[in-house]
Amino acid sequence: MSVFFLRRILTLVATLFAASLIIFLVLDALPGNAAQMLMGADASPDAVRALTVKLGLDQPLTVRYLLWIKGMAVGDLGNSYVYGTPVAGLIAERLVLTIPLAIMSMLITVVLALSAGIYTAANHNKLGDVGVMSLTQIGIALPNFWFAILLILLFSVKLQLLSAGGFAGWDDGVWAGIRSLLLPAISLAVVQAAILARVTRSAVLEVLREDFVRTARAKGLGKREVLWHHVLRNAMIPVMTVMGLQFANLLAGTIVIENVFYLPGLGRLIFQSIANRDLIVVRNCVMLLAAMVVTVNFVVDVLYAFIDPRIKVANL
Amino acid sequence: MSAPLTASAGTAAIAPGARPATGFWRRALRHRSFVLGAVLSLLVLGAALLSLVWTPWSAYDIDVASKLHAPSAAHWLGTDVLGRDIVSLLLVGARSTIMVGVIAVGIGLTFGVGLGLIAAARKGWTEELIMRMSDFTFAFPAVLSAIMLAAVAGPGMVTSITAIGIFQIPTFVRVTRGSANAIWAREFVLAARAAGKGSFRITIEHVLPNILSILVVQATIQFALAILAEAALSYLGLGTQPPQPSWGRMLNDAQTLLFQSPMLAVYPGVAIAIAVLGLNLLGDGLRDLLDPRLARER
Repeated sequence: MSVFFLRRILTLVATLFAASLIIFLVLDALPGNAAQMLMGADASPDAVRALTVKLGLDQPLTVRYLLWIKGMAVGDLGNSYVYGTPVAGLIAERLVLTIPLAIMSMLITVVLALSAGIYTAANHNKLGDVGVMSLTQIGIALPNFWFAILLILLFSVKLQLLSAGGFAGWDDGVWAGIRSLLLPAISLAVVQAAILARVTRSAVLEVLREDFVRTARAKGLGKREVLWHHVLRNAMIPVMTVMGLQFANLLAGTIVIENVFYLPGLGRLIFQSIANRDLIVVRNCVMLLAAMVVTVNFVVDVLYAFIDPRIKVANL
Repeated sequence: MSAPLTASAGTAAIAPGARPATGFWRRALRHRSFVLGAVLSLLVLGAALLSLVWTPWSAYDIDVASKLHAPSAAHWLGTDVLGRDIVSLLLVGARSTIMVGVIAVGIGLTFGVGLGLIAAARKGWTEELIMRMSDFTFAFPAVLSAIMLAAVAGPGMVTSITAIGIFQIPTFVRVTRGSANAIWAREFVLAARAAGKGSFRITIEHVLPNILSILVVQATIQFALAILAEAALSYLGLGTQPPQPSWGRMLNDAQTLLFQSPMLAVYPGVAIAIAVLGLNLLGDGLRDLLDPRLARER
């Protein structure tokens, strides 16, 4: 456990540092002066200089980078250039929406994908398999934001069952919040589920061909029992790898989908900040998203080792 | 059972640049997903090429007087809110999509394959460094890179091409390095080394030709992903800018008119789906046809 775990932790920390460095360099070093961008091209040089000092942008690049890192460690991300309020607070407000959305869509993805994947593998080459697989092929080809628009057309415009956008908040009870996140979560999930279902199916089929499956069948276990007890656990490794990678797509997807449904989440915050030239907010949001992706993949890596002890040995 | 098959594929692979088994086209034309994928992909390519010489109407002329017309003999799919002909917009949009996709995949191929080949040839810390860097790049989905670039350099086609291109690199690095490593372990590479060839020559003469078919398959699938990413970026306003028509942008415009003209939100999506489905099926078909060893039940 320890050596393996330690190495993974070190990689995680190094990756996070590298990510912060890249984000800082792209957003803070390249544009020259954030103050100039904020005030526009025809602002007086004096005013720009005053704002530069006020925002602390006159300090050397290294100092600003280190201050940012130090701030992240203690949860102080600085103040928004535009609103003047703490960035951490702005982000926290938005995460109340984005995190439940991501979790909901991941849950829907897993339920849809595993049931479709296991069903098709168990009915390999039968009509149901071919039908579901054709559906997933189409699912993969759909842009999630277009699928979202189609859902709006069906449920909001035609059937008028759900609202076409906006977020009710959690104050009116959990159900109201979930209701307004339902269409966004489904549109994020369906496309991902199509991919994951195909991965699940081929992973299960692969394991079904193994000798130990034949042995288990030969000693008299039923087909169902073998599938649930012997096959699934072994098939989970590739499925989890893809799930980890999909989480990155999911977060990127929330940015797009929040814009489709006008949801006040992290994605909308990023877009408003780009429009407002509020680079400090953009920087912290992008860092947060990158950190989430890296951390999830780290967790997946560690989970592998629990599911399959052979991996731990191989990586020592 | 598969052992002799693999061995014979191995001998066929010794000649650099050897074509896959004879009768490729005969087998290809019988392969259902290859044929369907090729037809759909050619449809999109044809639309893009056609738009260079002919569109029913100009895709740039604004004619507010004839806005939001229903489909008719003059405008087969109607007009948008600025009175532009939908068919013309879709045709020219295909061009933007293909252009962004080709350049982005080109960036991914050039850097990804180059780095992957170096990683496989050099091993040691070079390989470790390249692989860590490519793992790291996975932390930045195209949308995230595009956001950073758009924040400092402004949105546009260059922004989206760069962002999508960067995101393509790590996949190509992994695929290239994985399959190149397998070639490096083969006897004919050992023979080439014994004959005194350097690793650069071996890479060019033996490794690259033998992984070419895998790269073609991967590039096809990456192309589909690039089209999806381009659509999302131009939908968000980070990619192709008006007045240049793009499918993603058309969807964005259509969304404000869902109640008046719902069909405007359907056509561009169908176009994207056709392009992506076509390329995915083509990729699957090519995988089966070019490399039987990779053709598992999917």
